[in-house]
Amino acid sequence: MFRNVAELLEQANADSISISEVMIRQEMDIHQRSREEVMGQMERNLQIMEEAVERGLKGVTSHSGLTGNDAVLLQQYMAKGNTLSGHLLLDAVSKAVATNEVNAAMGMICATPTAGSAGCVPGALFAVKERLNPTREQMVHFLFTAGAFGFVVANNASISGAEGGCQAEVGSAAAMASAAVVEMAGGTPEQSAEAFAITLKNMLGLVCDPVAGLVEVPCIKRNAAGASNAIVSADMALAGITSRIPCDEVIGAMYRIGKSMPSALRETAEGGLAATPTGRRLADMIYGITKGKE
Amino acid sequence: MKYQSVFDIIGPVMVGPSSSHTAGAARIGRAARLIFGIEPTWATVHLYGSFAKTYRGHGTDLAIAGGLLGYDTDDDRIRFALETAEKHNMKIEFIEDTAATEHPNTARIKLGTKDSSMELVGISIGGGKVEITELNGFELRMSGNKPAILIMHNDRFGAIASVTQILAQHEINIAHMEVSRKDVGKDALMVIETDQNVDDDVMQVLEKASHINRVSRLMN
Repeated sequence: MFRNVAELLEQANADSISISEVMIRQEMDIHQRSREEVMGQMERNLQIMEEAVERGLKGVTSHSGLTGNDAVLLQQYMAKGNTLSGHLLLDAVSKAVATNEVNAAMGMICATPTAGSAGCVPGALFAVKERLNPTREQMVHFLFTAGAFGFVVANNASISGAEGGCQAEVGSAAAMASAAVVEMAGGTPEQSAEAFAITLKNMLGLVCDPVAGLVEVPCIKRNAAGASNAIVSADMALAGITSRIPCDEVIGAMYRIGKSMPSALRETAEGGLAATPTGRRLADMIYGITKGKE
Repeated sequence: MKYQSVFDIIGPVMVGPSSSHTAGAARIGRAARLIFGIEPTWATVHLYGSFAKTYRGHGTDLAIAGGLLGYDTDDDRIRFALETAEKHNMKIEFIEDTAATEHPNTARIKLGTKDSSMELVGISIGGGKVEITELNGFELRMSGNKPAILIMHNDRFGAIASVTQILAQHEINIAHMEVSRKDVGKDALMVIETDQNVDDDVMQVLEKASHINRVSRLMN
């Protein structure tokens, strides 16, 4: 079993296989499952992600009324054809937002690696899909590559906002997506690791400060930033840019930063944006309304 | 290594909005329900740390109630779990506890019927993954999403051997095993995570083994 990114790359290179293939073989080996079973389960996850994006792009609103329909706004804006950041990037952003809007509405999603950060991976995947035209199997592989890197983070640092802040959730998710985009675009395992490191470095220190404790503000827009960060960093890695700090050390830094974050900034809704005057007012309003209903 | 599967990372498929506070909470509730074995008529749920601060926003209460009703993370009925529990005459009380805990997302569930009760502590460690850390005062470490058997027994020599022998005879492979006791020669708890579900006939044999007081299981 690979314990860190260095070992993951070692295994990929030793057998001349992709990162996704290392992950698939490990899953089969440890859990004594057939390739069909493992691929089938991931295919179902892909299906759920696809349905969530579709649903979000039609427009949903959360129970609190705080969020919803921004994915629709983005698609309408893109349809006019004169965006600044370009179609692919905004497509990723809108699909990430779509996923998290569905999540906020208590809809069905696939955690990647968590529900609050569930938009980054599918956002990047379904946007890049339009450019690279992958087969269904390649899309499933995308999720295994993302999963392989997430596996290392989860075992060496954290993927929980309550433990490590948003950097552990959206930071990890964006970096996982970035590594997977590189593999799908034909990059090497090393380039996947560089993309992962570059993305995570850009998300270090991000706190978890959900307004009213809801996975809505600022979570949904952070997934938008995560998905775009993933694609930009993937392009940087594919251009040959490397991270001066190796991938595993960036993960270590993320872990230590999370450890030193005060509890107010780790999903307690007591600090950051949650503690702003507007954040507090929204919280009062939402729970006032909820209580009124009871 | 805490995480053993890629599907802990890409997954679970779940009802939003939070993998730790909704999916993880459902899994803790469900583990409690499965170990208890029958639908409880009452439950008192103490929430600590981030669970206590944000449970309403995350639907943690709905999720734990859903788990107590036996729902899994991807069960749409979670959204109406509190109403459903009420219809089942299951009384659930949530308490925002301020006591310090080792993990920020901790829930202590006491549940029972008029005849028996049980107490379990679970933590939600991220991405929907949970650990059961305490059962009826015994410390343990169990994932809650693998098949497992929990055996209350007397702390006597041979008790563990007799259990493992029965499992071996039925060709059940042990994935992880823990034993803890309150004091020498007193009550003890064996927690055995297995690769496959343990069938009724094996449970009956286990119940009859010497020094065994009570056997419960978690099916997958």
